[in-house]
Amino acid sequence: MTTLEFTNVSKKYRVRGSGELLALDKVNFTLTSGQTIALVGQSGSGKSTIAKILTQLERVSSGQVLLDGTPIPTWGRPLRRYRQTVRMVFQDPFASLNPAHTIRHHIERPLRLDKVVPADQVEEEVFRLLTRVRLSPEQTIDRRPHELSGGQRQRVAIARALASRPKLLIADEPVSMLDVSIRLEVLNLLAELQREANLGVLYITHDLATARHFSDEIMVLHHGTVVEHGKADDVILHPQHAYTLALRNASPDPEKHFAAPTTPGATS
Amino acid sequence: MTTDDLLTVSQFSVSYDVTPPVEAVRDVSLTVRRGEILGLAGESGCGKTTLAYGIQRLLKPPAVITSGSAVFHDESGEDFDINTMDETQMRAFRWEKASMVFQGAMNALNPIITIGAQLQDVFSTHRPAMSRTERRAEAGRLLDIVGVGSGRLRSYPHELSGGMRQRVMIAMALALKPQLMIMDEPTTALDVLVQREIIEQISDLRREFGFSVIFITHDLPLLLEISDRIAVMREGRIVEIDTARNLYQNPTHDYTRRLLASFPSLTGERGGFVRRPGEPALAVEAGSI
Repeated sequence: MTTLEFTNVSKKYRVRGSGELLALDKVNFTLTSGQTIALVGQSGSGKSTIAKILTQLERVSSGQVLLDGTPIPTWGRPLRRYRQTVRMVFQDPFASLNPAHTIRHHIERPLRLDKVVPADQVEEEVFRLLTRVRLSPEQTIDRRPHELSGGQRQRVAIARALASRPKLLIADEPVSMLDVSIRLEVLNLLAELQREANLGVLYITHDLATARHFSDEIMVLHHGTVVEHGKADDVILHPQHAYTLALRNASPDPEKHFAAPTTPGATS
Repeated sequence: MTTDDLLTVSQFSVSYDVTPPVEAVRDVSLTVRRGEILGLAGESGCGKTTLAYGIQRLLKPPAVITSGSAVFHDESGEDFDINTMDETQMRAFRWEKASMVFQGAMNALNPIITIGAQLQDVFSTHRPAMSRTERRAEAGRLLDIVGVGSGRLRSYPHELSGGMRQRVMIAMALALKPQLMIMDEPTTALDVLVQREIIEQISDLRREFGFSVIFITHDLPLLLEISDRIAVMREGRIVEIDTARNLYQNPTHDYTRRLLASFPSLTGERGGFVRRPGEPALAVEAGSI
């Protein structure tokens, strides 16, 4: 059981000319193994700042981030070990893989660097990881990213994130760049892998519909403040905060739009 | 031909003349009615942008229109066949009769020229008789219409937010009061609140000026809310075209059903979505990828 805890975390950025920008204002939440929290909010609300703090690309200005009760390390070997525990899947599968390297290289690297398995088992482990994300290892291992579709690339990125056997996964808009008909497939795959490995997942998105169905809890961020945090269904169906309501009402909802008693075909 | 129709596209095909040739648009026939919002839905590579470029004759080699016609029925009663116009006529036709909000419009503005000057460019080209003062006044008025405000005439694109830049692009497309506006993914990069504002603005402007819109996006739920009719495209063909309501409630084509099922309902049931500990994973059949 791994627990990640944000206690009164604030983050200030220095902005030239206008002093300081408070990107996060006393944010509190706890993410545990097996749990999914969706982080929703407009651009500029602070979602990515949270991801950057979790990956230690940014430091907190005040407050504490605790992993199983210990502050997260800021440098050296402990930081590397921490980064093995918390992995990230990025939004753009076209930019997050190195075009010059094969898929084998992408997945081998974390395995070798973090010494996840003995050197003679690396190949086997790469095969296992590719199979887990439902790619055919024989057909993908020696290819380069440009030879794969967006959905396949994102699966490679997921396999790479899982290589170090992390406890927590931060997925920053993992499907928004993918074709619509494969988005659910990739999200369902993530959900399945999460269950298998008992991962804690922080799902960063601005798509309220998938946030509701994919997550246990939803946390709504507005100007760096958590304005609402609760069970996914409660937050979407019975929003308490005006901002959550505004977000919900702005999201397309054909079901409500046509307000028909039955909606055949919507879910086939 | 009834006067209600604004654009008639018949058996329109476009190929990319590479080896082997790619048939990007295959035998597409559709009509756009006066004042309607026609949604064009489909995934990347389905040919929706190629079709939009084709009916404005904006395609560059290796793309070739291999067959079919697109005829624009002007308010004046005159018909313009897009295939037979020469370059000069075409230049006059574009923007004057049919304008376009391009994909990634946020980045379509020139970063080193003020938005005022870019708006005035439209008038210097198409309305050479206008004086500088008139041009500036008109550019200011357009910015007021789209809610950016004439005070921003002297702003550079980087000084505006993404949503504002998008509105500037819409202002530019409105400049000559065209009868048709083609919008290619105009709100894709924006967050939902800004998207909603812009969508409402497009609806309001359409009510005020009566132009037709071809709205291209992969975001089917959004299309369902704003379109009068929707055409679903796949592999270059229109697989289904119907009113938004019919398409949503009684989709006849498998692909339409699959596309609809790709968007979990915001407030309704879960559909093809799995989650909840303990539930077995139910993979959504989405064909081979």
